[in-house]
Amino acid sequence: MNARILADALRDPASTATLDAQGWTALFAIARAEQLIGTLAHRLDGLPMPRAAARLLEDARASAAQGRAAALWEAEMARRALGPSGMPVVLLKGTAYVAAGLSAGAGRSIGDLDILVPRERIEEAEALLLAAGWEWVKPDPYDDLYYRRWMHELPPLIHRERDRMIDVHHTILPLTARIAPDAAALIADSELLANGLRVLNPADRIVHAAAHLFADGDLAGGMRNLWDIHCLIEEGAEGLAARAAQHGLTAAVRRAARQVRRLYGTTIDAAWHGWDAADPLFQRRMLARDGWGRPTARVTRLAFYLRGHAMRMPPAMLARHLWTKWRKGARSA
Amino acid sequence: MRHATALRIGPIGFRIGSAWLAPITTLNDLYRDYPKPEDGIPDFNVHLFAARPWRRVLRPSVHIGGDFVIPDAAPLPLAQGLLAAEMAMNLQMALGQRRYLLLHASAVARDGQALLMTGLSGAGKSTLAALLMARGWRLMGDEFALLDPVTGLVHAFPRLISLKNQAIAVMERALPDARFGPLLRGTPKGDIRHLVPDTRAIATMAEPAEPRLILFPSYGFAAAEREVLPSETFVRLTQASTNYVALAERGFDALTRLVRSVPARALDYPDTATALAQVERLWDAA
Repeated sequence: MNARILADALRDPASTATLDAQGWTALFAIARAEQLIGTLAHRLDGLPMPRAAARLLEDARASAAQGRAAALWEAEMARRALGPSGMPVVLLKGTAYVAAGLSAGAGRSIGDLDILVPRERIEEAEALLLAAGWEWVKPDPYDDLYYRRWMHELPPLIHRERDRMIDVHHTILPLTARIAPDAAALIADSELLANGLRVLNPADRIVHAAAHLFADGDLAGGMRNLWDIHCLIEEGAEGLAARAAQHGLTAAVRRAARQVRRLYGTTIDAAWHGWDAADPLFQRRMLARDGWGRPTARVTRLAFYLRGHAMRMPPAMLARHLWTKWRKGARSA
Repeated sequence: MRHATALRIGPIGFRIGSAWLAPITTLNDLYRDYPKPEDGIPDFNVHLFAARPWRRVLRPSVHIGGDFVIPDAAPLPLAQGLLAAEMAMNLQMALGQRRYLLLHASAVARDGQALLMTGLSGAGKSTLAALLMARGWRLMGDEFALLDPVTGLVHAFPRLISLKNQAIAVMERALPDARFGPLLRGTPKGDIRHLVPDTRAIATMAEPAEPRLILFPSYGFAAAEREVLPSETFVRLTQASTNYVALAERGFDALTRLVRSVPARALDYPDTATALAQVERLWDAA
């Protein structure tokens, strides 16, 4: 048993007709673990299924609708704080998908609010957010300095009344990574929404999602990110190759395209078909869940965890960073 | 998971998996008269697991998890595996329930109408509910009352009744023929012993009831009763609900309707005999 059962249900909702009670139970446990239960609920809406399954998915849809309202409200709060300054504010990820009415937003679970602002105005953005009631989450001076020197975003801020986090980015990969996307172009070519906020253009949305998954981090949340990419590609991917090249992210985008084609049956450019030597490992990592939704394949997970860190920073810096973090952990324990 | 069982409490189905056999055996025994989840599909999964593989055998300690988790839930010794399972089921409800507004309250019913009792831990809501059950009321639950936002009715959640400390002896005397779980000594909440709800509570657990009276009991005071206005009841119940915020407008509407249509009383009592008389009188007046 692995998370293939979830991929199949998302890809071909009618295939759930063959599920027995055990199959439904595993499907729901895995969908919850991957934070895809709301997405699944939207995909399966209206299909015949056991009453207990229908009821559970109905709850998931209601929950996602509430999550959507909260995410849009949080975006509106950021607009009120930053809008008057005239700086462009670009919504990223889940909030962008629901704000722009994209299919990737249907039922999607949304956590933090992620926004992108011009790097030269990031301090101004921080001051405006602090004045509007957000505060720093990490009081640790090392973490704070680390974020400000090396990360692609401010240290996370949380709103003291609404208890919601905002991540303010000035680019889409850490500054320590070897790849430096064209952040100015992301903003310059973004699309304006009716409320004055912006979202990335269609090609950049795909590039960002692929960068987030394959060039940064340990692939946690991989199935959800790939579902985003599947929806985004199906909604139009003109100029994707050129745009990926411009940001230095061709490899990540191509890997994303191969994975979504395999997993969700996405239509992609024939030139991008194929399956490289590392692809099966990525897929193994992506699907590593048992029928209770618990993570499996510990060695593969650890390997991807280390890979994620290695990609984020050069070896000497990584060693120093892990040493500092380990000593802090040892002292507080 | 090496060992597993499935059961339904009120309208909610659970699947419980465990690294050890003992907690599953106890659950299967105490919940033997409960039905299985509807259509065999549980609403929630519960995991009882060892933090490290060797901790399954060596100084075994039970970590709780499931579909919904909090980062710092402390582990329990294997001897308290039943408590771990109960806590984990409650946690799934508290964090994941979206169909019903969850009220942290005990509930009993008579003639198809429900009495809700809510208050801080130690106020006596479990004990009062169990004593009322012993006197012929239908037990709906001692932990959560499930308020349906669509119908305004209360659904039962008659899990095992969690008796603590002095209440254990009180109920052993009141219900000598009842079924009890193992005595769990030295838990984070002192001694705990679970009481199996009576046959009637289990047989009627799928039937909702119309709320008729809300009580806020407080143990350890001279007997007194006071009317609680809908505004205060509303605020108290938002604090007694784990998913009020998550349900948003549905939760607000459900709670507004409840406090407007159902009277509420604060009830101070010095001992259980006095409390039971007070409850009967307030119920008849409601």
